[in-house]
Formats: sequence, structure tokens, C-alpha cells
Amino acid sequence: MTPRFAPGVRLHHDQARARWIVMAPERMFVPDETALEVLRLVDGARDVDAIVDALAAKFDAPRDIIATDVRAMLDDLVARGALAG
Amino acid sequence: MKPPLALLAELTHRCPLRCPYCSNPVELTRASAELTTEEWARVFDEAAAIGCLQVHLSGGEPTARRDIVEITAAAHSAGLYTNLITAGVLLDAPLLARLKAAGLDHVQLSVQDAEPAGAERIGGMKGAHARKEAAARVVVEAGLPLTLNAVVHRQNLHNLPLLIETALAWGAARLEVAHVQYYGWALINRDALLPTRGQLDEATRVVVAAREAHRGRLVIDYVVPDYHAARPKACMGGWGNAFLAVSPAGRVLPCHAAESISGMVFPNVRDTSLRAAWEESEAFNRFRGTDWMPEPCRGCERAERDWGGCRCQAFALTGDAAATDPACALSPHHALLAAALAEAGTAGFRYREFG
Repeated sequence: MTPRFAPGVRLHHDQARARWIVMAPERMFVPDETALEVLRLVDGARDVDAIVDALAAKFDAPRDIIATDVRAMLDDLVARGALAG
Repeated sequence: MKPPLALLAELTHRCPLRCPYCSNPVELTRASAELTTEEWARVFDEAAAIGCLQVHLSGGEPTARRDIVEITAAAHSAGLYTNLITAGVLLDAPLLARLKAAGLDHVQLSVQDAEPAGAERIGGMKGAHARKEAAARVVVEAGLPLTLNAVVHRQNLHNLPLLIETALAWGAARLEVAHVQYYGWALINRDALLPTRGQLDEATRVVVAAREAHRGRLVIDYVVPDYHAARPKACMGGWGNAFLAVSPAGRVLPCHAAESISGMVFPNVRDTSLRAAWEESEAFNRFRGTDWMPEPCRGCERAERDWGGCRCQAFALTGDAAATDPACALSPHHALLAAALAEAGTAGFRYREFG
């Protein structure tokens, strides 16, 4: 799976509240720090494995644990319409 | 005080449709009183400056304004995420291309029913349904995200499965199944529109099944209607808490229906800044937070979750905008809802019209 943002969805810096949000049609989500790290790697080119590799390297963490978390998070964001798989 | 997240810009009350549940006020504003392009541009700049992130360009029918492209461009250049809320009957490929070039982010398209005959009877416009289907195609072909908004009630709820099929067939990524809210025009037509409990239960079953069946392809937003609820909805996320609307004539409102509350005076963007309206006006502070609340809201553990429900509904049903929303089972007026349900069941309704 190579996740990408669904049409009309993007990361947006909310200056008034000093935070990043996922801007979506008539909705917005506030990602937690972990989700934000994942979403910053969603570019329509990296597949899930590449995203997991990048996070495992960045946080020096076990790859299988990261993979489980990332897959669950991406699956949830697809179900909410924020990402297309 | 938190800054607002979203602005509803009601650009005009003009509309080719005449839906009997229109959310515009019963006293409609005429074209001559509408804000100019430049005034809207200033409103968008001020909205972004106080923290708004999204703008909903609505009406009436927003594309009835000849300057809709300039208005969209102004909203986009203010940094707002732009959403066009349209009936679609005036939206062709050349106009959509210009809107997209101006920075439009998303289109919400209304449908009145799943079948042309029913849709055109409810909307009061011949040929509307085919034009909406064509508008949906134009939006999807341009690569813009599409939400279908289906307002549901007694006279079309039996077609909910077909409305879901319509959303999929027309290429929407999202479907809002929006029960009619009963104030203004819809209150006048309540007996013709209120769904039965059986209709509601079936609709809920259909939505739950469709969400599962179309997971990852279609998101369905659905809220149980007040008349069958035991607790009120958190109307607008709380009065003056997250949201503001500007009417065609420039009045700044905590909710698009707030003018239905008689005796309230709302600030106008022609006289004041959006920031002053949001932060300092008597109208926005009247029902902000929890200090204004009467029993049984006062001290209720849900006071900061549902904010006492809807002020417009409280006023429409009890004559007191500061009363607990009768949708709450703890309200002394809750029986009014059951009484209205018992009386409902007429077929005829009155179309919206300029008085």
C-alpha cells in the first residue's frame, strides 16, 4: 500500500493555535505527535514499508512494533477518508 | 475565549430552489442589501486573522452571485480552506474550472431525493436533479473532492438506500445524511417533514450497514434528529465557541438561524470588525460558556459537552432562547417533541419564497 492524501486533504499549519492539523472537506483532525510524524512521510511515493523504515531509523526503535502501529494508524485514516490507500 | 474555527459565509438568499426546509430565515434578504465583493474580501481577511481555518461559501445559492469566482479567490488568498455549498443547478464546467483556478478546495452538493420526480417536487424546480448529476460529474472530472448532502425527512427517508447509491454513482467521497432542523421554514412545514420513529430506526440501520459495506470508499456523516433524541446536540459546538456566520446583509451570527430569535441585535460587518463581534458583542456573549444556563443545565455534567443544545430550537418551542433545549429529556418542555411527533403526518408543505 502506498498511502496518499485523499483529494482535498492536506497538512496545514494552524498559526493561531501553533499546531499542525489535517485539513479535510468540512472537517479537520488534530494529529497527535506520532500521527504527525507518519503523515509527514505520506507523499504518494513512499509505500508503508518505506514509511516504517524511515521512522525506525529516525527513532531508533524496533521495526516490527513501529510497523504494527503505522498500519493501524493508516487503516484508521483511510476509513475516515483522510488518506487513500 | 477561543478563536473561531470556521466561517459560514451566506453570500445571498437568492436560490432557484424552493425547499420547504430551507435553513435561511423566513424574512429573506434581497439582492440590493447584499455585501459587495470587497466587503466579503475584508470579512475573509478578518476571519483568517482571528483564527478561522475554513470558510463555507453558502446561501441561498452562492453561484447565483455573479462575483462568486472573485469571492472564492478572495477567500483562498486570505488563507482559508474554501468549501462551496451548492444546489449545483447553475454549476457547469466553465464555471467550475474558474472556481478551481481561484482556489476552490471542495464542493458540497445538495440532493433533495434519489429520484428526479421526488427531488423536483421537494426542491420546487423542474429539471433540477439532472442538472445536479451533471454538476457532480463536472466536479469529479475536475479532480475536486465532492460531498453529497442529502437532507432527509418523512417524505424521502424511504429512499435512503438509493441516496447512498447515488453518492457512490456520482463519485462522492463523503455523504452527509442531514435530518431537517426544525426552525424557520422547516418549523412552518414540520407536520409534513417530521419522520416517524420507525423511519428513523430503519435509517440508522441502513447507515450502519452502508458504512461497513463502503468503508474506505464513502464516509457517511449522520446525526440522530432532535425530535427522537433524549439528549440535545452540541449545536454549533456551543454558542460563540467555534463557529460564526455572516448573513447576506453582513450580520455576524453565532449560528445561521440565530436571527430567528426575536429581540436579539447582532453586530454587522459594515459597522464593526469581526474580532469585535466575536469577542465583545452582547449577542455572542449572551449564551457563551455556561454562566447563562438555567436548571437543569446548570451544574449538569453534560453542560460543557452539549452546551444546553440549540438556542434557536429552545426559542422556537418555548419562546425563551435561554431555556434548556427541549430535545433534552431533562427539559420541562421535552413533552412538546412527542406532541409534535403525534401531530405530524400531513403531505402538503409550503415552499420557501420571498415575502
